[in-house]
Amino acid sequence: MADTNYDVIIIGSGPGGYVTAIRASQLGLKTAIVEREHLGGICLNWGCIPTKALLRSAEIYHYMQHARDYGLSADNVSFDPAAVVKRSRGVSGQLNGGVGFLMKKNKVDVIWGEGKITKTGEVTVSKSSKKAMEPQHPAPKGVKGEGVYKAKHIIVATGARPRVIPGIEPDGKDIWTYFEAMVPPAMPKSLIVMGSGAIGIEFASFYKTMGADVTVIEMMPTIMPVEDPEISGLAKKQMEKQGLKFLTDAKVSKVVKGSGKVTATVETKDGKSQEISAEKLISAVGVVGNIENLGLEALGVKTDRGCVAIDGYGRTSVPGIYAIGDVAGPPMLAHKAEHEGVICVEKIAGKDVHAMDKSMIPGCTYCNPQVASVGLTEPRAKEAGYKVKVGRFPFMGNGKAIALGEPEGLIKTIFDEKTGQLLGAHMVGAEVTELIQGFVVAMNLETTEEDLMHTVFPHPTLSEMMKESVLDAYGRVLNI
Amino acid sequence: MPINITMPALSPTMEEGNLAKWLVKEGDTVSAGDVIAEIETDKATMEVEAVDEGTVGKIVVPAGTAGVKVNELIAVLLEEGEDASAIDAGGGATAAKPEAEADKAPAVPESSTAIEVAAKAATDPVPAPKAADGGRIFSSPLARRLAQQNGLDLKALSGTGPHGRIVKRDIEAALAAGTGKAAPAAAAPAVAAAAPATATGPSADQVLKLFEEGSYELVPHDGMRKTIAKRLQESKQTIPHFYVSVDCELDALLALRAQLNGAAATDKDGKPAYKLSVNDMTIKALALALRDVPDANVSWTDDNMVKHKHADVGVAVSIPGGLITPIIRRAEEKPLSVISNEMKDYGKRAKERKLKPEEYQGGTTAVSNMGMMGVKDFSAVVNPPHATILAVGAGEKRPVVKDDALAIATVMTVTLSTDHRCVDGALGAELLAAFKGYIENPMSMLV
Repeated sequence: MADTNYDVIIIGSGPGGYVTAIRASQLGLKTAIVEREHLGGICLNWGCIPTKALLRSAEIYHYMQHARDYGLSADNVSFDPAAVVKRSRGVSGQLNGGVGFLMKKNKVDVIWGEGKITKTGEVTVSKSSKKAMEPQHPAPKGVKGEGVYKAKHIIVATGARPRVIPGIEPDGKDIWTYFEAMVPPAMPKSLIVMGSGAIGIEFASFYKTMGADVTVIEMMPTIMPVEDPEISGLAKKQMEKQGLKFLTDAKVSKVVKGSGKVTATVETKDGKSQEISAEKLISAVGVVGNIENLGLEALGVKTDRGCVAIDGYGRTSVPGIYAIGDVAGPPMLAHKAEHEGVICVEKIAGKDVHAMDKSMIPGCTYCNPQVASVGLTEPRAKEAGYKVKVGRFPFMGNGKAIALGEPEGLIKTIFDEKTGQLLGAHMVGAEVTELIQGFVVAMNLETTEEDLMHTVFPHPTLSEMMKESVLDAYGRVLNI
Repeated sequence: MPINITMPALSPTMEEGNLAKWLVKEGDTVSAGDVIAEIETDKATMEVEAVDEGTVGKIVVPAGTAGVKVNELIAVLLEEGEDASAIDAGGGATAAKPEAEADKAPAVPESSTAIEVAAKAATDPVPAPKAADGGRIFSSPLARRLAQQNGLDLKALSGTGPHGRIVKRDIEAALAAGTGKAAPAAAAPAVAAAAPATATGPSADQVLKLFEEGSYELVPHDGMRKTIAKRLQESKQTIPHFYVSVDCELDALLALRAQLNGAAATDKDGKPAYKLSVNDMTIKALALALRDVPDANVSWTDDNMVKHKHADVGVAVSIPGGLITPIIRRAEEKPLSVISNEMKDYGKRAKERKLKPEEYQGGTTAVSNMGMMGVKDFSAVVNPPHATILAVGAGEKRPVVKDDALAIATVMTVTLSTDHRCVDGALGAELLAAFKGYIENPMSMLV
């Protein structure tokens, strides 16, 4: 009889769950992870990672179409949708296998099936009730099977799934979620994207680059509503130049399917109504936590707006049960889940650890142009009562950006006038998703404008714009 | 190129000063060596000389400005042929220079706005603080700035960031708790009441790490222990202690004591009305000495010398778990018998921890007697608001020289600790001499 007693059992092997498992094991805790469908969760099977692969194909395609701008020639540029998808699945498969390897390396037992907390300290694993999304990566070898497992600490890391709007339920054929959008059998000629958050805007950008006629419908007044409006406004302008169409302050009230097209009735705030038809519609109106069928209700675990309610250390209202990642509430980001999980197990292991600080979690969107941010937007900083100093630096003033042929974009920094604390940084333009981390480190180390101004940034890089933006906030900008 | 004139450091420890007076005005021509301004520090008024020749282009810090930081831009000098517009001409370096560059050539102002920026405290570099032992205190830049803006002393705070780094939340916690206030820069570092527990010693973890687990037990501090620790640490850190010792011959005092005790009336149970101890007589002698040397019967405050009209003598009483100092008020006026009986009552109630705050708070001096434990001599820690404390050793027979011949006398060594801010060495010696006079001629205590 195999040992079924653990210190920690984690339900869900997404980026939150598997990182938590590795950290738990590093801390000397006997750890198992329960997974019903795919190691790595949505992130690396149907989310972050495969979309980045698709967007990379789109990016290179875009460059090839504009080869002449760089003095190169590339004629009859075309693509094979099946090959683009195949590459994306390959990237995902490689990382999926990698998680299996990491579990083995860290001596984390993988239990294959659907986990349910049958009572405090006990997880019953049974056959998955969910229809797996095809194509599936092969299940890992050497996993444990269905049965009853015991653990002192049970961490729920079951993630989230697409939100469904009643009357516009995804059918997988005409109305897609990110699952279907990830593996298109053919490129649609026209597309409606409902929702302009990170998921919606990335698919909109991908399909637009691949030649589709794309309309994005957003309920809020600005696209990418969590971003600084100045930044999202610039992103919108650039995407409109590429031919993307946006309807903001707009709501899809009805969708009619028929003869190879979907027709959406869109009502705008000004009271007008219009019908838009396209080959496909992607529903990207957010995600909801997977809190069902886990036994949480029976145990009396408190929830809050469809997510498990936790404290800063992942503890739920029931001792011994924890939650991390998307299922524990926004921001629903892989890197937030990872850190939440690490804090959670370090606390369990008795480490002196500080509670999760959600004010410095960066966000990245990989549309063209890219958008990245951390901290407070300008309106939010003002709402919070800060008197702010705002710095801006456009890509046009940066040598590297011009050399790259990417002169569009902006880096914006927001400081507290009183203390010089960096409150937020917001960027739009080429490669900004790789730049933002500089400011994230700065914020975490509590730097002020003074330290940033005294830091030498390498030349020629896009990162020089970060310093220039800081200088601009204090009236000392150099290159504009 | 315009030349920046910055606030000079007139002494190695000077951090800021008051710009008392300008001796030149904008447009004046100066040559090297001319006195251009007067600067006041906490110690002195000094003259600032021009190091270059030129015309005073702009006076940035007006006369009468207090608290001007060292190296802050105070004026701009124009070289020959330049006019005021040159100040606005672009340059390279920033106007405000960090301290490390104090001795280098003055920097070139960047623009007129740079001059204004330089004059604003908010953008001044906040130097990383040094711990009491000269080591670096790890703190985030934001924490340093918040500490500066809120008048907190980083040395008084402990950090919760990585490796004990002081971060924003530590400042916020200190502000919420009202701890860690820095002493006002202009005042002497004392300000006992306003400067609670300063430099922190090694952390609990650092201490415990040095001992094998299981080789000790941990006893949580009670309120008395915490108060003793806090007050004595504060005293040693803020009061410049100074010590004077003297030997007193006790034979006459012992003889008088025996005589007085023998003369005590007894009640119907045969209990004497009083039984004087050497300590009681020591209290009285110190009280009378303070009456005779009133300049030593003082307390220090930043603004004033508090001259007391009576000698209220605190007496350190050792009790289980600590000590407490009940006070014999107006001891100079009280007969020995009253002092003796008060002390008996205090001693009893102190051991029961039943003293009222008004019985042990305040006082103008203190006596700490370890003679009964055979201690020869020791130095005591001044207990503010007292300016003095007398440490009393054991009375023992010692060889003494009398009339150039060896003799035997009962001798007691006493050591007076003084707060040098208000009781200087000679004054302390004068007080001890008076004390010795009463001890060696004890009859004088009776009249």
